Amino acid sequence: MYLQSLSLLNFKNYTQIDVDFSSKINCFTGNNGVGKTNILDSIYYLSFCKSFFSSIDSMNINHSQNFFVINGEYQLHDKPEQIYCGFEQGKKKKFKRNKKEYDKLADHIGLIPLVMISPYDINLILGGSEERRKFIDGIISQFDRNYLYDLQNYNRALTQRNHLLKLYGKTGYFDVDVVDLYDNQLAEFGNRIFEKRKEFIDNIGPVFQKFFSHISQGKEEVQLNYESQLQQESFDILLANSREKDKMARYTTVGIHKDGLDLLLGDYPLRKLGSQGQQKSYLVALKLAQFEYIQMLCGFKPILLLDDIFDKLDSERVEQIIKLVAQNNFGQIFITDTNPARLNKVLEQIEGEYFHYLVKDEMLTKLN
Amino acid sequence: MDLHQLPSRLLENAVNEFSKLPGIGKKTALRLVLHILHQPKEDTLAFSHAIEKMKNDIKICKKCHNISEEELCSICSNPNRDESLICVVESIKEIIAIESTSQYKGLYHVLGGRISPMDGIGPKELNMETLENRIKNEEISEVILALSTNMEGDTTNFYIYRRLADGKVPITTLARGISVGDELEYTDEITLGKSLINRIPYHGK
Repeated sequence: MYLQSLSLLNFKNYTQIDVDFSSKINCFTGNNGVGKTNILDSIYYLSFCKSFFSSIDSMNINHSQNFFVINGEYQLHDKPEQIYCGFEQGKKKKFKRNKKEYDKLADHIGLIPLVMISPYDINLILGGSEERRKFIDGIISQFDRNYLYDLQNYNRALTQRNHLLKLYGKTGYFDVDVVDLYDNQLAEFGNRIFEKRKEFIDNIGPVFQKFFSHISQGKEEVQLNYESQLQQESFDILLANSREKDKMARYTTVGIHKDGLDLLLGDYPLRKLGSQGQQKSYLVALKLAQFEYIQMLCGFKPILLLDDIFDKLDSERVEQIIKLVAQNNFGQIFITDTNPARLNKVLEQIEGEYFHYLVKDEMLTKLN
Repeated sequence: MDLHQLPSRLLENAVNEFSKLPGIGKKTALRLVLHILHQPKEDTLAFSHAIEKMKNDIKICKKCHNISEEELCSICSNPNRDESLICVVESIKEIIAIESTSQYKGLYHVLGGRISPMDGIGPKELNMETLENRIKNEEISEVILALSTNMEGDTTNFYIYRRLADGKVPITTLARGISVGDELEYTDEITLGKSLINRIPYHGK
């Protein structure tokens, strides 16, 4: 599966462009602010029906206009597919597949799997544990609606239970029977979520290790550990044991909403001791593991977008990453960089096709 | 809309009362009030009389908490209904829905809501005691739980089940699955999955 060509009309800084792509590597180089990332974002749009950066569609219209169009011609399972996205100020966003409009955007998402690696993803490493739970939940629920359903129900039951605990703090009234009910439901949903998260980390862990050691050329030891209170004790016992503590704290102190993902460099937390380059290498390896997981579930290779990926990495690591993604395990790739010479040097060493575009003054010029 | 610009305090009062109704904003309230103002006087009096009479004379059935004009509602006092069946519902709206199916000949029990501490509804706010008393004192052969299929409905189902679990009355709940006439490919995964798990023997019709 790959994107053959793309046309943009009034999308972000572009008035009108048409570009053809290689089914392997596509590079966009140019100075800051010329619109390299906007091209990646339009490709992201065609997969997820929204921008990677802003959830407000009107923010993506070229300033002097009132609509934008993104049109992509894909090859999907050896058949041409046309995906159209149109948005006009004040109207509903339209998505069409082969000229037929979708009733629901959700029906489209998943047709063209895609993984984007962006500098903004660093929050996954530096942010709180919630960011990492969101990362895990987002990937699993994309392919498992039952997981999403369990997660939504778990969060509702948790909110209700916390409300009861707050009420106890305010009024001194504690409804044991009803808290029992929620304990029961939390355990039911929570256990299923725990099992699936564990399975997911078990799955991507080895792949992640493999990618990281390739990027760092085996110089560093890393680990990805799933941390959950449910590993020590069953959820119903945890809830029963912590009830008095919960009454004091006035919220639920145990459960899968406390799960974490430990990112270790050697024996130490990456967040505190890793250099920026090490953190970035870790992030890239993690996202590439996500790529392989999605490929395993949907049976073909997602599109890979690498936005400004080489910033903060040394030239050896850059070379390793390009070599890695140029292999046949990966499909179509889009890369942005500010330094054409740096990229060219690496591209010349790899086998296989690549298109290199220079982005300048709203124009794309093919360099090779 | 600034109500102080209305030419009359009387008009303002009426608009305020109407806008307390669900789904009615100030603008709609003003439209309704002006409509009433332009109607013949007898029509307006008939309208207010109907509301007053409904409020004064309507009773709640002492057995099932349905709306009624007598001590017992028309369903509870109907000798043709099967008194050994109780269908537990959240509100009177669900009785109307189930009655329109013409498939049920038993009695009802209106809970008056579903457990949701966030909305200030605990078991004490529901008509649980009267339900337990009915099961204790009457000859009941089955309790059918017909609550919403969301998490709050499930919580309430589970609560009732626990409260009644020591009794010998069988408890059932409405089947959850594909809607009649639905295309399989358009059924959401959760519903389709549940339908598969809870599949039933096929008897040729």
